[in-house]
Amino acid sequence: MKLVGMLLLLFGGVIAITAIVLLRHPVEQDSFVVAGLALECLGLTLVARDYAQTKRNVG
Amino acid sequence: MSFVLCLILILLVPLAIAGLALINQGLGRSRSAAHTMVATLCVLAVTSIVFLLIGFSFTGVAGGQAHVVTLARFPWNWAAAEPLFARGVRFDGTPVALVLCFQLFAVGLTAIIPLGTGSDRWRLAPACVSSALLAAITFPLFAHWVWSGGWLSTIGINFGLGSGFVDVGGSGTIQVIGGLSALSLAWVLGPRRGKFSEDRIAAAIPGHNIVLVLFGCLLALAGWIALNSAAAMLFTGASIIAIPKILINTLLGASAACLGTVLTTRLRWGKPDASLIANGWIAGLVAGSAGCVFVSPAAAIVTGFVAGVGIMYLVEFLELKLHIDDPSGAIAVHAGAGLWGLLAAGIFATIPALTHGGQFIAQLVGIAALLGFMLPLIHGLNLLVDRFMKQRVDADGDRQGMDVRELGAGAYPEFVVHGDEFLPR
Repeated sequence: MKLVGMLLLLFGGVIAITAIVLLRHPVEQDSFVVAGLALECLGLTLVARDYAQTKRNVG
Repeated sequence: MSFVLCLILILLVPLAIAGLALINQGLGRSRSAAHTMVATLCVLAVTSIVFLLIGFSFTGVAGGQAHVVTLARFPWNWAAAEPLFARGVRFDGTPVALVLCFQLFAVGLTAIIPLGTGSDRWRLAPACVSSALLAAITFPLFAHWVWSGGWLSTIGINFGLGSGFVDVGGSGTIQVIGGLSALSLAWVLGPRRGKFSEDRIAAAIPGHNIVLVLFGCLLALAGWIALNSAAAMLFTGASIIAIPKILINTLLGASAACLGTVLTTRLRWGKPDASLIANGWIAGLVAGSAGCVFVSPAAAIVTGFVAGVGIMYLVEFLELKLHIDDPSGAIAVHAGAGLWGLLAAGIFATIPALTHGGQFIAQLVGIAALLGFMLPLIHGLNLLVDRFMKQRVDADGDRQGMDVRELGAGAYPEFVVHGDEFLPR
């Protein structure tokens, strides 16, 4: 899941950049940039949850 | 731009480094205090040398040589192409030498942020290697994108997004990069021994010297005013008349954040919490850096207050929900408040923009680049270092503390409590 999360982070960044390059209409541009960030949040959540569930160094 | 004034301001930036170093060691345990300070000096030494030898050639200066790729008809300036060993820098009174001096301190400040997170378990050698990679690759790339004419700074010209990504004092370039390094390190190292019980309940491990922490906050204020002012002069062309505004905004941001944290912790627990107030103060400084010269004092107060109130909830969320052990709160303070500062600059900044509108989206694109490109890069490099050189101290070191384990002596030998002193004679 860590790898999937990291890939989602990367893809989110790519979507945000692609949006400003390919789209001209401000509303479309804004929507895709926000969608890219949302994907990054999902990726960050996946990585964070996976690390949180790793049990180590207790006691 | 006044060369002398800018030079004096840059000379004051190490106060911010000193402040953060005191905060990092004060919020850690006493048995690792000397180790944290030694690590600060070693990391500064490593980053200075590596950045001068390698990093600056990727950071460069605006208008200098660069690797540019043309994509979709637009030029994408992704890294500088200056000669290695800073051979292209002439010390003849031009601003290039000042940019180099400023960035030497900026990369040092970035690299000491994770030291607080790794307190009590991050070995010295991997800390130096990790910092070297940060000074050679991570920081130079993003600093070039933002401060040296890179693609993020030109999305205003190329794509009509306001004035491009704005981050004057380094909320993203210094603070978020440092905070994301801290986050990655916390994942790699895991929590301190005894921080979480078998059933995942977090134990409080209080800092050992809150007075030093609060003194560090005062030092950091002086350093931050100098940092923001010097950055504004170097990267936005601000003149001497802008310095009072930057000073006022920086002070107001930290003040509002401090009061926000005092109020929130007072309402929540009945008494203000000293370590969280220190975190709130620094969060206000961090959040205010991005738009320090472009926002009004009222906006600086709002930005700082939100950072101060939010910091308590973020620290709690990271510890209780994500089980991240961050003794100095660096992730919340530097990454969390830094990201908020970048957003706030998009909301409140009044910049003489090249195109109308789009500034907020430009800030979002910058944040997307930080999370989407920088975090995977930082984490990948951290995992690589950990593969060849275990970053976490072994179980014996966990028990002894880092001072004895790695330095051979504690920071406070006079303060050792001997059991027999309390026995009846």
